[in-house]
Amino acid sequence: MPTATEIILIGGSAGSYTLIAELLEQLPSYFQAAICIVLHRNRQYDTQIEKSLSRKLRRNILSAVDKMDICMNHVYFAPAGYHLLVEPDFTFSLDGSEHINYSRPSIDVLFETAAQIYKDKCTAFLLSGANSDGARGLHVVEEYGGKIIIQDPNQAPIQTMPLAGQRETINPEIWNDSQIISFFNKLN
Amino acid sequence: MAGIKNTILIEFEELEEIIYLLQNISEVDLSGYSKSSLKRRVERFLQVEKMDLVDLKNAIVNVKDFHNYFIQELVVNVTEMFRDPQFFVSLKKNVIPYLKTYPQIRIWSAGCSTGEEAYSTTILLNETNILDRSFIYGTDISPKALEIARKGVYSLNKIKSYTENYLQTSPTSDFSSHYTAMYDAAIINKEYRSKVLFSTHNLVSDHAFNEFQLIMCRNVMIYFDKDLQKRVLKLFYDSLSLFGFLCLGSKESLYAHEIKDNFKVIDKKYNIYQKIK
Repeated sequence: MPTATEIILIGGSAGSYTLIAELLEQLPSYFQAAICIVLHRNRQYDTQIEKSLSRKLRRNILSAVDKMDICMNHVYFAPAGYHLLVEPDFTFSLDGSEHINYSRPSIDVLFETAAQIYKDKCTAFLLSGANSDGARGLHVVEEYGGKIIIQDPNQAPIQTMPLAGQRETINPEIWNDSQIISFFNKLN
Repeated sequence: MAGIKNTILIEFEELEEIIYLLQNISEVDLSGYSKSSLKRRVERFLQVEKMDLVDLKNAIVNVKDFHNYFIQELVVNVTEMFRDPQFFVSLKKNVIPYLKTYPQIRIWSAGCSTGEEAYSTTILLNETNILDRSFIYGTDISPKALEIARKGVYSLNKIKSYTENYLQTSPTSDFSSHYTAMYDAAIINKEYRSKVLFSTHNLVSDHAFNEFQLIMCRNVMIYFDKDLQKRVLKLFYDSLSLFGFLCLGSKESLYAHEIKDNFKVIDKKYNIYQKIK
């Protein structure tokens, strides 16, 4: 599969899993971009989410592996216990350095590194969560010309993360759940 | 260099300039490191030290020994005892019985940082009654980390989380029997400290220095690009005795490397390999 020239990032924590599962379910069978997701979770649960989603959606949902090519039409999750980064040669790298915003993987780390490589070919979503990880990264995406979308705080089960995203960014789009789902449904 | 609301970001070209400067004034070659990961470390350094790129370049060139300090701060020194407890369970089940057949067992903990993995291994060797004929070499690029490793003193906060890991390895002893606690710290028992030799070794530029039955290098190679990974894997291959074992981190696989043909997979999930030719 060719390397992805567009990337879609999703960051979420508490309260975001249902929406993530729902939007992945809406994906067409083929799309151009690569989708990369950081979902805060306990290290003990390791790759359960990828496995159960793969079964449910009948498509390969991958846990990103170090130095793996970032391919179009693929969905990747950051593995528990590691930061996920995008490298200039359009591969992933993993990093076990300090937690950022008490999180590893940190949404900020993926957003910041992906923004600097994919620039205006980068779209980032920040969803429900109980801390402010991802807000700064969202601003970096916007500064490098990417598109940023925040889940409507009124619809997010936990508002802290979307609200932080709104505070830290200049011109985010605020979308309700059905707008977000329809975006993924209409990908090509 | 751009400043975005308290976030320092440098360009990849600027990172290359720093790598080049370091190559010129020291032995350190960071050109094979994963670029985005290294760039983040440099940005973090600038943030913590309240420096900009001009300050940094100036200090690298003009301030004696600054580059040593800088490099120490760049390398990731995050580690813990019994990290990935199930890995140690697998080691006990799949590797130790084989090591038992050797009269002398040499082990290399490569990129050992502050020594936690080397000490975890000594505890495992003790529980399986082969510590007396084993010896561990712990090596790292950072002298500062090695200093902590030699002392074998860790905060009780850390020991608490290490204990949680240890309990998941189905141990045969209390974790507290392996250290002595005093005030807010604990020192690893001397019987363990005397079994490990810590010394500096640079995986990028130094050569093989002994032959080992077991090499552990977990969560180190993720910081290297594919070419450097390939070179380091060759170094490990050359340093292993035939039928010796190589243990990589749980997200580091031989899968994408040609050298995999010389190894047999012992544990696919925890990336334990045996050299077979």
